[in-house]
Amino acid sequence: MRNKFDMQLDSLKEQLTNMGELCEVAITKATEAILEGKEEQAREVILADEEIDQAEKDIERLCLKLLLQQQPVAKDLRQISAALKMITDMERIGDQASDIAEILLSTDLKMEMDNKDIGVMAQAAAKMVRESVRAYVEQNMMLAKKVMTADDEVDRLFDKIRQEIIEYIAKENGDGGEDAVDLIMVAKYLERIGDHATNIAEWVEFSVTGNHRIATEVHERKSAGEVK
Amino acid sequence: MGKINIKDMDLFYGSFQALKNVNLEIKPNKITAFIGPSGCGKSTLLKSLNRMNDLVEGCRIEGKILLDGQDIYAKSMDVNTLRKRVGMVFQKPNPFPMSIYDNVAYGPRTHGIHSKARLDEIVEKSLRNAAIWDEVKDRLKKSALGMSGGQQQRLCIARALAVEPEVLLMDEPTSALDPISTSKIEDLAADLKKDYTIVMVTHNMQQAVRISDNTAFFLLGEMIEYNNTEKLFSIPSDKRTEDYITGRFG
Repeated sequence: MRNKFDMQLDSLKEQLTNMGELCEVAITKATEAILEGKEEQAREVILADEEIDQAEKDIERLCLKLLLQQQPVAKDLRQISAALKMITDMERIGDQASDIAEILLSTDLKMEMDNKDIGVMAQAAAKMVRESVRAYVEQNMMLAKKVMTADDEVDRLFDKIRQEIIEYIAKENGDGGEDAVDLIMVAKYLERIGDHATNIAEWVEFSVTGNHRIATEVHERKSAGEVK
Repeated sequence: MGKINIKDMDLFYGSFQALKNVNLEIKPNKITAFIGPSGCGKSTLLKSLNRMNDLVEGCRIEGKILLDGQDIYAKSMDVNTLRKRVGMVFQKPNPFPMSIYDNVAYGPRTHGIHSKARLDEIVEKSLRNAAIWDEVKDRLKKSALGMSGGQQQRLCIARALAVEPEVLLMDEPTSALDPISTSKIEDLAADLKKDYTIVMVTHNMQQAVRISDNTAFFLLGEMIEYNNTEKLFSIPSDKRTEDYITGRFG
């Protein structure tokens, strides 16, 4: 029963997976471009953002069609409304990857300071995006929870990079200030990407259970200082 | 305290058990929807609420149905009084083959009201409450059979309201109507719950979502889940409810 609808839901999941992969590639490529000064690759990332925007529109159209045709209730309704919310976060992730690439093209970045943590942070953020979308496709609560807690590592890396940049500026007596500002922006974009992936994971929880219990719990533990 | 309380109710048609241990509290001034697949017992339960099943041979009921705390199957309960208090609107509009006016005045007349002034007043008030007065006020003496299906159904609601019931039972009241008439009946039901307790059987789940406050889901004679409608249709607590409302039943 409801074969057609189930096929449409599978297609929705497939499109979300593809959009997630586009985001993941954009994050990795943008960070690599900026760390290694690959301008051509940065341009590719900016162009690829259009693909991500198009994917958002396509998925949105499919969701609206499903709402209209199938008048879903219960879990079906939650899955579709979660997808509609997730693609907004994914679209923002695409924008932020593109913003990172933009920094390379619009500034005179020399990258003289140590920046290996940026690479680590980019990997962690990209993994969060990948796993959050996979958690949705598999309706996997454990994986969603893992993504929510993985955000702590991304936040920690941001703090560490920030501290390193402050020390760098102090040591260089103000020289290399432009580099420092650009790097902190890259780090901030990656930190925001982690937040968007966390949002996606929270929508996965809503889709599976109908509420945001674990998400609320994780937030509460964080504000109580139990999770660093 | 519910307007109607159903307690440990079993219903048998001969040896066939159509309802199994139903416990349900129907809240006053709310719309309660009964949903479930054909043959699940929802219409049977609805009909039990004003003892329409008395007319079915071999029908036997155990347990209790209380209307304002009073057992409606008790010997002391007068069935005519009960049906005056608990009115019913059926799936297919069934106006009597008489004028619009006489259809509405029929109930009050059988309850002994014969003053023309009083009847005029009741007919106008009932037709107004059923949101059809403006459409029929100039042809009250015309046959009810000349009305459209949607108008006939609202006339039947007016006829039910004319005897000033407390509870209105509706058995798929819009299944024979077009979307515009359906929407009029739905608006009307939402309006009427200020003054009445409404219980509705519907096969249209979007309708249950749109207008009911609480929903009970039935399956094979059992009440599986009874909950706030929004809750039942967004986070059902029983897998069988989820399977039914999402169309993945069986």
